[in-house]
Amino acid sequence: MDLSDTPQEAEFRARLREWLGKVLPSLPAKPSPDDWPGRRAYDLGWQRTLYDAGYGEVHWGADPAVRMIFLEETEKAGAPYVGANFVGLLHAGPTVAAEGTEEQKARWLPPVLRGEEVWCQGFSEPDAGSDLAALRTRARRDGDAYVVSGSKIWTSHAEVADWCELLVRTDPDAPRHRGITWLAMPMDAPGITVRPLRTLAGSNEFAEVFLDEVRVPVANRVGEENDGWRVTMVTLSFERGTAFVGEVVACRRVLGELALAARENGRWDDPVLRRRLGRLNAEFRALWRLTQWNVSEASEGVPGVGGSVFKLRYSHARQELYEAAAEVLGDGGAALDLEQPWVLDRLSSLSYTIAAGTSQIQHSIVAERVLGLPKGR
Amino acid sequence: MRFQLTEDQRALRTGVRELLAARFGRERLRAAVGADEAGEVPELDRRLWRELGSAGFFSLRLPETAGGVGLGLPEAVLVFEEAGRALLPGPLIATHLAAGEVPGAAEGGTVVTAVDGGGVVEWLEAADAVRGDAAGAVPIRSADPLTPLHRVTAPVSGDRTDVLLTSLLTAAEQLGTAARVCELAAQHARTREQFGRPIGAFQAVQHLCAGILVRVEVARAAVYAAAVTVDPADIAAARLLADEAAVRGARDCLQVHGGMGFTWESDVHLYLKRAWVRARRPGSVTECEEVLAAALLAEAR
Repeated sequence: MDLSDTPQEAEFRARLREWLGKVLPSLPAKPSPDDWPGRRAYDLGWQRTLYDAGYGEVHWGADPAVRMIFLEETEKAGAPYVGANFVGLLHAGPTVAAEGTEEQKARWLPPVLRGEEVWCQGFSEPDAGSDLAALRTRARRDGDAYVVSGSKIWTSHAEVADWCELLVRTDPDAPRHRGITWLAMPMDAPGITVRPLRTLAGSNEFAEVFLDEVRVPVANRVGEENDGWRVTMVTLSFERGTAFVGEVVACRRVLGELALAARENGRWDDPVLRRRLGRLNAEFRALWRLTQWNVSEASEGVPGVGGSVFKLRYSHARQELYEAAAEVLGDGGAALDLEQPWVLDRLSSLSYTIAAGTSQIQHSIVAERVLGLPKGR
Repeated sequence: MRFQLTEDQRALRTGVRELLAARFGRERLRAAVGADEAGEVPELDRRLWRELGSAGFFSLRLPETAGGVGLGLPEAVLVFEEAGRALLPGPLIATHLAAGEVPGAAEGGTVVTAVDGGGVVEWLEAADAVRGDAAGAVPIRSADPLTPLHRVTAPVSGDRTDVLLTSLLTAAEQLGTAARVCELAAQHARTREQFGRPIGAFQAVQHLCAGILVRVEVARAAVYAAAVTVDPADIAAARLLADEAAVRGARDCLQVHGGMGFTWESDVHLYLKRAWVRARRPGSVTECEEVLAAALLAEAR
């Protein structure tokens, strides 16, 4: 058990730190959350900067420990988040890299790494959220194209995406996991309508996507027809592991800010609140160690069970963090003032126990796959 | 960074687990509980203590030049995790910390207990040596049938390092107990049938079991990391989370066992009662939370 950097890791960390120190001060100001074209340009610009400096492929690197250092250091330095490049870099890209043909890799991967194209995700549907295999968007074969009709929901960055990783049902008669196909759909194809969805936090974080007889070339299919579920499981395995590294670092920073703010406004003298922040410190320290544990395990090529365990605990801890933030803000309406720091974060945090598999689904996954309990309903 | 057990550490864990299974399996555990059933105070098994001594249990961290095994805290944590898993009785931590200072402690010939500042002393009558002032200690009827307790009122000025290490090794024992009750709960849920199916097929039971496992794994990461860093805030975090994993885990395990879990014959209560005994050792919840709160300010500055 060793928590210190290897010489190579230390060298990478030092080089990255120095580079971040040089490049971050000259970055343009962040666009407002509802300025989609601005967000696209900003996020692609950051990816291009990383690419030019040799960090463009860091998420795809063979060594998860290096990826972890990258995420840790960029978050600590306040560098931009992966943003609109999330699906392309962490989801669709790795899937194409693992399952695509040579032509597909050559067509889709370089533009993602160079910060030229944005991908979005067309998995969830109004009646297929946690029960993803219930999806109903249909695709029928017509010559060299699939003709797709249906609708997708919770699609982040749909408004500015060039491509959509789309799950469609190609065989309605097959058992529900068997009749699904993975397609790369160009977002400028005729028949696509994108409608922004306003979240409870007031933002247009994602959109509904309506598909009316959209033609997608058969050449855009990744994997075999009706084999999309397996391809998707490959995709989802990329989502676990290091996906939360930057967020845990961010939570630890927010917790420190809360402590300083509480001391500033006198709330620190309340032992109940102070100890609550102490308790959260234990929580995020442990989650950081669990991340290091899972990443080390992944480096050894062992498929860990840590993903669901981590996600369950983390999403609740992060909600607790912003509940404590409301306590720090105290009485006098500050905790209800959307202009105050952490108030919007408190609202956003409500999604963590829902997105990417609800906590209830994760509990069942842990019970069945880790503890070997019989399949429940 | 390679935050995983090394080959040697894995081998050590396996070795200790096998040793304890052979020397202190379920039959020995239940035989030890027998004293309580007969209304007597349990006796410390001196032979077992010497066996632990010759296996290096107490001399683990002493340098080889001093007749020890020459290993570090991470290894000690793995060994105490196994002790917690087997529910091994006795003042294990006090004797381990006394090795090299109290003659005979390292070999398991001398049983050492400590007045550790928690207001009680474990195994006072069985001990050959006591660290701290146990004058005026009064026996109490211990809730844990395998841990005789005395109440003490004398103020304690414990050695700071000893307090930290006691807290860390306590966390390791709690981790072992938590992992064991997780297995027991899952085992029961897989086999016990109600309404014509294993109860583990019911979501309510599944989620109870999953909750136990999540607490174990979070505590494990914290305890192992604290053994590597020996940072006081890391130890406080490890202790908080391991106490929670053991106490809540044992309670939830009892719930999974239902009426069977409420009987004396079931082992679940033994794990819960021991977890309670350990949880009151110095480094209580409040202390840990204050340490961690202070660390927040120090780090954010």
